[in-house]
Order: sequence, then structure tokens, then C-alpha cells
Amino acid sequence: MNYYAYFVAVSIMLLGVAGIATSRNLVHTVVCLSVAQSGTYVLLVAVGFQYGGVAPIFGAQVGKTTPVVDPVVQALTLTDIVVSAAVTSMLLALVIQIAKRHQAIDPDRLGRLEG
Amino acid sequence: MTRRIRLIVLGLGIVAFAVSMALAFTGMPQFGGDLHAYRDAAVAATYAHDTANAVSSINFDQRGFDTFGEETILFCAVIGVAALLRPVYRERRREVSEAGHVLESTNLLVYFLFPLTVVLAVNVLAHGAVTPGGGFQGGVILSTGIHLLYVGGRYSLLRKLRPLAWFHQGEALGVVLFGALGITGAALGSALFANVIPQGQLGDFISSGTVPLFNIAVGMTVCSSVIVLLASFLDQALAIRAERVSDPGRTPRSGYEEGSAS
Amino acid sequence: MNDGVLSNLLIGVSLTLVLVGAAAVVFSHHPSKQAVVLSGYGLLLTILFVVLQAPDVALSQVAIGTAVVPLIVVLAIRKVSDIRAEHRGITDGQEEK
Repeated sequence: MNYYAYFVAVSIMLLGVAGIATSRNLVHTVVCLSVAQSGTYVLLVAVGFQYGGVAPIFGAQVGKTTPVVDPVVQALTLTDIVVSAAVTSMLLALVIQIAKRHQAIDPDRLGRLEG
Repeated sequence: MTRRIRLIVLGLGIVAFAVSMALAFTGMPQFGGDLHAYRDAAVAATYAHDTANAVSSINFDQRGFDTFGEETILFCAVIGVAALLRPVYRERRREVSEAGHVLESTNLLVYFLFPLTVVLAVNVLAHGAVTPGGGFQGGVILSTGIHLLYVGGRYSLLRKLRPLAWFHQGEALGVVLFGALGITGAALGSALFANVIPQGQLGDFISSGTVPLFNIAVGMTVCSSVIVLLASFLDQALAIRAERVSDPGRTPRSGYEEGSAS
Repeated sequence: MNDGVLSNLLIGVSLTLVLVGAAAVVFSHHPSKQAVVLSGYGLLLTILFVVLQAPDVALSQVAIGTAVVPLIVVLAIRKVSDIRAEHRGITDGQEEK
């Protein structure tokens, strides 16, 4: 259990990368990229976890001395998710543009990528 | 590069990456341990500013400048998508017919869920400093709620309810508001994005100083961004068609070049 | 102690589910199927974040990862297949490929 969370995070990222390299459809490639990025969410949130820690929302029950999980990595993950959505949509717009120009979205059949 | 060579390179890369990651993880603190130096510092800072939601406090108070950078990424990506997906040379917009058959129950569900989602979004946005949620989540939920109308088969209603020009401006206004709040911090306080408003009592609705204002600015940007994004994609998928060219075959390159360069 | 075993089990199960979900997304080769699987994967990630005590992250993941991104993917797939269909309509009878 000690390293299982980290193992899962790295595996997700490698799965995504392998998917990108073997993909035959650019839409599939972009989705694989977002899967690869989701590995970083798992890694970040796992790094901040603490057994017995509660969510970092303070109030009547949760005080200064209650063990909470790390809010810093959660804030980073939040940023990560929004950036991932921005990147995915931008890349999909580019895929549509490529499809309009070349009528093909198989990276192997596109030959060379022009500017 | 042939497929075979690519797979070999991929395999080598994966093995190297996995080994280096495994080495790195053995040197890391164990999963679920209680050693979190950053957490201790962040919690102290959160308490100093009387913010109940530590994640909001970090995003909008302690790391305000980073979040501003992220806002800018989102803003630029949306501008890029809108520029890439506008109707270009040899494309026309056609009327989208409402002919699609939608189940009565789906319709009813949409009418029921639409107001509910809007209320939920405003609630999540307004209480961002006190409960889980905030500008990002509220903004996305709000824009998703508006797009429920598309599920209900009401594309024309969606277009009426979503004056795109407003959202283009709303997006820019949100970013400007965020920057202005940051500069206000610099002018009145000690540093850029400083929390200059009295912070009140932890857990109150009006507490944690500038954080709720940042939530509103971010909510505006994110909601408008997602609406503009989805509008561009919806337009491409439903309304924009290539014009029938008189001489078939390969479309002339120069035409597209002209369209995308302007 | 019992509490620790239970939370360990919960975390282990949700981590495994996320791993399986990621594999399912990568290995579903037809993109339109992939959009649905991606949405399910987003939901699994949300469950993991809830288990790991990250409600803020879970909230934004459920909104972006299960709704917005899959919707954009579906729309992109639809547009791409429309473009190909149009192209096929134009080239039919003109050149065999």
C-alpha cells in the first residue's frame, strides 16, 4: 500500500503516453494526452494525503490542531484540471482544422506536419 | 520514423521513466504519513486570514499570482479555439433544424434540472470561501447548466439564452477584474494580490477578505470561457458546413490559407 | 485499527478502479466509444478524490472531467466524421482511393 498510489499515478501517465504513441486517430491521441495528465492529479493528491486527515475546510468541527490533508497540492490539482481542459479543447480545435485541410486524422497517413 | 522504430523508442522511454520514477518514490515520504511541511505553513496562513476553505485561500490569497497565470492560460486557449473554429473561407452557416425527437421525460428533466443547476452554481460560487467550491467549480457548473438546454433539444433557445458577445466580454472582464484586485492589493497593502479587506470571522458568509471577490472574478471568466468554448464546438458540429465547391476534388490550399491567416 | 484497514481498503479499491478506467480509455480505439468511457473515468477519478479527502478537486473534476471535456470530444468527433463524409461525397466517382 505504501507505494501503490504512486505506482498507479505513474502507470496512468505511462498508459496515456503509450496511447499517444500508438494512436491511429488524432482525437484518440488528444484524449490519451488528457489521460496522461490525469496521472499527475492522482500523484499530487496522493502526496498530500494523510491517514486520519480530514478535508481542509475549517469550521466548528475542524480546528487548528485537527489533522487535515495537504491543501497546497489540492490547489495545484485544481489548477491542473482547468489547464488540462484548456489544452484539450485547444488541441481538439487544431484536430478539426487538420481534418478540414487533409481530410485525414490518422497521424501515420498525414505524412509530415506542415506549419 | 516507421511504426516499429517508434514502438522501440517508446518501450525504451517507458522503461527508463519507470525506473527513474521508482527510484524517486523510494526516497519520498510514505503515502499517508503525517509529514507535510507545506501543509503546516499553509494552514497557519489560512488561519491568519480567517478563511474556512484552505484550498480557496491558497488559490486566491496565498498563490494569487499563480492563479492569475492560470486564468491567462484559460483565456488564451479560449481565444485560440474561437479563432481556429470560426467559419472560414468556403464555409457557410446553415440553420439548425429542431426536428430531432426528444423524449417528453428528457424535456421535463431538463426543465426541472436547469433552474436547479443555476441555483447550485451560484451557491457553490458564493460560498467558495466557506465550503468546498469556488469560482472554478461554480463557473463550470453554471455553464454546464446552461448547456442542458442543448440536451433538451432546444438549440435555438440555447442560442437566445446565450448572447455570445456578452460572454466574450464577460470573460475579458473577469480577467481584468482579477488583475485589478491584484493591483489593488499592491496599492493598498504590501504586495501584489495581498489580502487587503478586513477578514472577519472564520466560517462567516462575509469573511476571508478578498477571496469571495476573486471567486466572483474567476467564476465570471471560467463560466464565460466554457460557454465560448462549447459554443465554438457546437457551431462547428451543428451549423457550419463546407460549401459545395464547383470543381470537385482537392480544395485549393490558398483559400484556406487566406481564411485562417486573416 | 479497524478504521485504518477500512480506509486502506477503500483507497486501494478506488485507486485500482482509476487504473482500470485509464486503461479502458486508452485501449478503446473507437473515439466515439472513448468519449463515453472518458466520462466514466472522470467519475472514477471523482470518487478517488472524495476518498482522499479532496472535495474541491472532486467538484471541479466532476464538472470538467465528466461533463465538459467529453462533450467537447463528442462534438469534435462529430465534426470530423462530417468532414470525412462530405469529402467522400465530393470524391465519389471522381477518383478511386
